[in-house]
Amino acid sequence: MIAVLPRFKAFLMAQLEQLGGILLLLLDIVKTLFSQRPRWRETTDQICKIGWQSQAVVLITGAFTGMVFTVQTGLQFHKVKMDTAVGPVVSIAMIRELAPVLTALMVAGRVGAAIAAELGTMKVTEQLDALRAMGTSPVDYLVLPRFVAMLVALPLLTAEAMAFGILSGSVVAVKMLGIDGAYFWSNMIKFTAANDVVGGLVKSVFFAVFIALIACYKGFNAREGAEGVGRATTQAVVVSSLTVLIANFFIAVLYNAISPP
Amino acid sequence: MIQIEGLQKVFNGVTVLLDVNFEIQDGETTVIIGPSGVGKSVLLKHLCGLLKPDAGRVLVNGTDIVPLSERALSPIRKQFGFLFQGAALFDSMTVFDNVAFPLREERKFDEAEISQRVEEALVIVDLFDAKNKKPAELSGGMRKRAGLARACVARPKYILYDEPTTGLDPILADNINDLVLRLQDHFHATSVAVTHDMVSAYKIANRIAMLHEGRIYAVGTPQEIQTTTDPIVRQFITGGGSTQEAKHGAVSIH
Repeated sequence: MIAVLPRFKAFLMAQLEQLGGILLLLLDIVKTLFSQRPRWRETTDQICKIGWQSQAVVLITGAFTGMVFTVQTGLQFHKVKMDTAVGPVVSIAMIRELAPVLTALMVAGRVGAAIAAELGTMKVTEQLDALRAMGTSPVDYLVLPRFVAMLVALPLLTAEAMAFGILSGSVVAVKMLGIDGAYFWSNMIKFTAANDVVGGLVKSVFFAVFIALIACYKGFNAREGAEGVGRATTQAVVVSSLTVLIANFFIAVLYNAISPP
Repeated sequence: MIQIEGLQKVFNGVTVLLDVNFEIQDGETTVIIGPSGVGKSVLLKHLCGLLKPDAGRVLVNGTDIVPLSERALSPIRKQFGFLFQGAALFDSMTVFDNVAFPLREERKFDEAEISQRVEEALVIVDLFDAKNKKPAELSGGMRKRAGLARACVARPKYILYDEPTTGLDPILADNINDLVLRLQDHFHATSVAVTHDMVSAYKIANRIAMLHEGRIYAVGTPQEIQTTTDPIVRQFITGGGSTQEAKHGAVSIH
């Protein structure tokens, strides 16, 4: 027990140090955002990489999640003769929870890993030092465009996942489960409020901040060599995914308290 | 002028720089020599604030850069060009864009002027034909030359070279030495190079300083270093040699 305590203390200190580092990076980003000229070219490049190139993954995830969720709820609701409630349930689940969380997880895996690997490789090959030596801040040149691009792209991807999830769910409900399309859509519209959509998109903004910050921080702090970059990449995905899942609960509770459904 | 006063740097409990005191005069090429792992690159990175010392001062034109923040260091760093050991070219850019980078970051040149200056630098380093290639398509020597072009294209006041000839065959290494001299001739910058390649040091240096056990141990002209009888310096420059001739030569021993 006594031997475990120093190790736990060291672990706790390391986590606190990381948290401090991430908060300092956020502070630096905010300062840079208001003090430096915007880098439109780099930012649009990143929006393309993060947003446009992630569409296939996100749309497939959204569509198949909506489909499987419709099948499972449809079959259960059929037992209690509530087939027409499938539409609102699928819609609320996709908009409030599934689309924001699953999109964020897919983006954390695809883009978070790429950002951490790219920045980590730049660090170990002295490219970050080269930037600094030329008087260019890596936060200004590398982090800020990725951060802004993530803030723009993730809510849009989330909205797409919501739409495709509901659309593909409706196709499954009508074509496979034999639910009347008119009831599906009218009930869905009746029970889904704009507040639900805003809630889902607000979550995605928070998730974008977490993913971009964690991926950039892990990349910047990669240790020497290929192993160091690999470890930074893995940690970026694991930490940002866990942060998304844990934060999702608290954001949902907080949002419900501020704006009850 | 760059003045280094009482510089000290410790990494994970290992003292790399103990007490470095040295001055780099404007317009000259100073070469810092010493065995691998002695802290030459660490010292070089302190000159433009890439590393912060644990104690001591680095004065660039009279300004102590040690307490400055990254943001405050930016205008001072723009006076420097830095050739990294592995060239540190940006993977995602072509050779042209790499060399153009410092000029584009200045945001005071139009594309025509940038193009003209980049092409001039690429001609000097004999890489004009490779301007559209990515760093991954270049050989080690070509990377170094592209790094050289990037280091000098903005016509910095100071150029720092980290092991400019390491990992190159003797012919390529001599080619790089010639380039360093040609750039010095062309841009009249103050240059500092760290190397353990004595052929290179003798060829490009106006002054050679030897780093030994965390201190500047000896300073002299290439001629003085070549003819010194100091056993530690001789042992390094001849790759072995006698340690019994413990006489001080023409070099000043600190």
